[in-house]
Amino acid sequence: MVDGFNNYELEGFFDEMLDNSLEARPSALALLEKLDELNWDELKRRQSAAEKALLQAGITFNVYGADGGTERIFPFDIIPRIISAEDWKQIESGLKQRVHALNLFIDDIYHEQRIVKEKVVPEEILKSAGSFREQCVGINPPRGIWCHITGTDLVRDADGRFYVLEDNLRCPSGVSYVLENRQVMKRTFPQVFESSGVRPVSDYSSHLHQTLEYLAPDSVHAPTVGVLTPGIYNSAYFEHSFLAKQMGVDLVEGRDLIVDDGWVMMRTTKGFERVDVLYRRIDDDFIDPRVFRKDSMLGVPGLMEAYRRGRVALANGPGTGVADDKVIYAYVPKIIEFYLGEEAILPNVPTYICWDEKERGYVLDNLDKLVVKAANESGGYGMLVGPHASEAEREEFAGKIKAQPRNYIAQPTLALSRVPTIVGDHFEGRHVDLRPYILYGEDIYVMPGGLTRVALKKGSLVVNSSQGGGSKDTWVLSN
Amino acid sequence: MLSRVADSLYWMSRYLERAENVARFIDVNYHMCLDIPDAGPDQWSPLINASGDMEDFSRRYGEFSRENVVHFLTLDMENPNSIYSCLMMARENARWIRQFITLEMWEHLNGFYLMMKESSKKPTESVAGHEFFMTVMTSCQLFLGILDGTMSRGEGWHFCRLGRMLERADKTSRMLDVKYFHLLPEVSYVGTPYDDILWASVLRSMSALEMYRKRYHQISPSQVVEFLVLDRSFPRAIHHCIMMADISLRAISGTPTATFHNKAEQRLGKLLAELDYSNIEEILECGLHELLDGLQKKLNALGNAISETFFAIQPFKVAGGRSNTQ
Repeated sequence: MVDGFNNYELEGFFDEMLDNSLEARPSALALLEKLDELNWDELKRRQSAAEKALLQAGITFNVYGADGGTERIFPFDIIPRIISAEDWKQIESGLKQRVHALNLFIDDIYHEQRIVKEKVVPEEILKSAGSFREQCVGINPPRGIWCHITGTDLVRDADGRFYVLEDNLRCPSGVSYVLENRQVMKRTFPQVFESSGVRPVSDYSSHLHQTLEYLAPDSVHAPTVGVLTPGIYNSAYFEHSFLAKQMGVDLVEGRDLIVDDGWVMMRTTKGFERVDVLYRRIDDDFIDPRVFRKDSMLGVPGLMEAYRRGRVALANGPGTGVADDKVIYAYVPKIIEFYLGEEAILPNVPTYICWDEKERGYVLDNLDKLVVKAANESGGYGMLVGPHASEAEREEFAGKIKAQPRNYIAQPTLALSRVPTIVGDHFEGRHVDLRPYILYGEDIYVMPGGLTRVALKKGSLVVNSSQGGGSKDTWVLSN
Repeated sequence: MLSRVADSLYWMSRYLERAENVARFIDVNYHMCLDIPDAGPDQWSPLINASGDMEDFSRRYGEFSRENVVHFLTLDMENPNSIYSCLMMARENARWIRQFITLEMWEHLNGFYLMMKESSKKPTESVAGHEFFMTVMTSCQLFLGILDGTMSRGEGWHFCRLGRMLERADKTSRMLDVKYFHLLPEVSYVGTPYDDILWASVLRSMSALEMYRKRYHQISPSQVVEFLVLDRSFPRAIHHCIMMADISLRAISGTPTATFHNKAEQRLGKLLAELDYSNIEEILECGLHELLDGLQKKLNALGNAISETFFAIQPFKVAGGRSNTQ
């Protein structure tokens, strides 16, 4: 088996499993011992059994535009990514701190805007954020919480430190893969789980349900919770139905709901029934045609009014996307300091704001070294990886930056850490990131684990599923 | 329960029941033909007749050859009632309500569909043999077993059974109607071994031969009709299906027996009463075809009433603009 590691090279990257002298890190010892006992055929057999299980379970995402071939499984590699208890402690406290501060930030900018008045975040940046929702100004969400479910993207650089790459406070997806991957992995390496002390993740849905129930008005004793989905053609539909099922609540579409006399009701076989809390997986723009996009067929007319009057709770609250803006992101360390008086536990990736003239000059001069991102895009779209781009592509981006400086930021090309991954008949290092999930209810909970996305293409740094990425199980160890 | 979920449960069950029946009809017919010398197109046209898609078939195929009929009824995606189409629609409905049905139900149905999708890539002739039809039938039956073994006997389960029973009653009545009409004029077969073979195949089409023999021993057309229409305990007999549908409908609405609060209960109750108080002599005297034809119309009207009463939303549009249809 070890022969799978013959010719394994670190190539100067931080490897999550092996140290610089190619020895097992303590956290990976139990797994590597197990791999030692297996021959390569057995390992490949387990890999294909895992893939088959995922297909049979219909753990797929939808691809737009194709007919018949619209469902694909998210590629999965059975070699897990392991995080030591010590590393996790830092990640967990850093994420709690960050989400706590971001919630205060969102609440502030939709009310007094102290942070703008005190010139910590420039007014112009806030006003020009595409995801700032004028319609949410003055809203008081239940219990003062805006961002109930957050998925923060972390990366580990060559120095071995974790950095926050992106905040996702709108409708972060992927948690269903974490839960399903774990199910499959428990069948793939049962003994290793026993000996490694891997922390379980399966209680996520109970925590999610508690978080949602906590938002219902006090007067409601057994609140009705629902997951609001855009429907079967949404790429994350599997996840919506998965979470509804795990929580044992209804999965509703816009057409199942009406707002009657100011209350949100769902159409049932026995007439209309009131809904108290909606975990909505429809973007702000489509949630209520009376308030946001008028052409939305997915939303519920009157929903925002019911929300504003406290008659239904929405998770996440509309308007939270403003904290996802990649320019706002650059200010998060200052945001943490402003609201909590603390230094950020998890650092940001150094970020150049093209809106700032001086920084823009630096970016334009160093496009071949930087990664440029559009402030409002996600999913790996609208992005330039300077060192891998052609001269023409860099020219094109330089033009875009000059035309709309507010819309772009740049970051140094990170040397994302790698994890051994099955490639043909041996292992090769592949770059990974990490998306842990944070729930904000009565208190802040960080699921011990997360989605490890892996760039399966050799040398690629882009981990998004739309761009050839796959996933791995993430093991957080208990000690 | 959400109306949309109830709608999908009902249709998921109907489509699977339909797929199972079509598979059995073809398989039985195939075997029957082996016993009959010179079985030609005459033996295959009744299957199209019973499916109710004569117009579509004539337009696109024309000739009632075995190959044409089998392809039309199994893998033809343009035929909304082919086995493949039914399975696709059953699975689509299940996918809409994946959060409601049990994991075991979903995994089985999805695996079944993926298998069918693989088969559909090969030429029909090489796929659609006895083994294929057996797989379809047992997969449908296995699904029923999983449904019964994993789902609480609540509203959802009753919507599943309601759909299944109405579909089954409809299929039994169509098959019997067509076969009875087709077989009776064959005077030359009367009293020959073929008579027995042909009527036995009618019973086999409804998986009814063994249970029939236990009850009547000898095969006679009028007793076959009596068994398939009026038997109270045979699971594919029309009377039994209507009895079970009535129980489920009342379990859903809570309305006591022999009273009604909506059109669905009224129509189903009337239909049940008609069967409760019929006998075979009367049926044959008034004409079996008249009875069965009327029954199919009533089942259609009942289906519409159920939809209006419980689902009351626009039919779903899926890929290709298809929607759930009776």
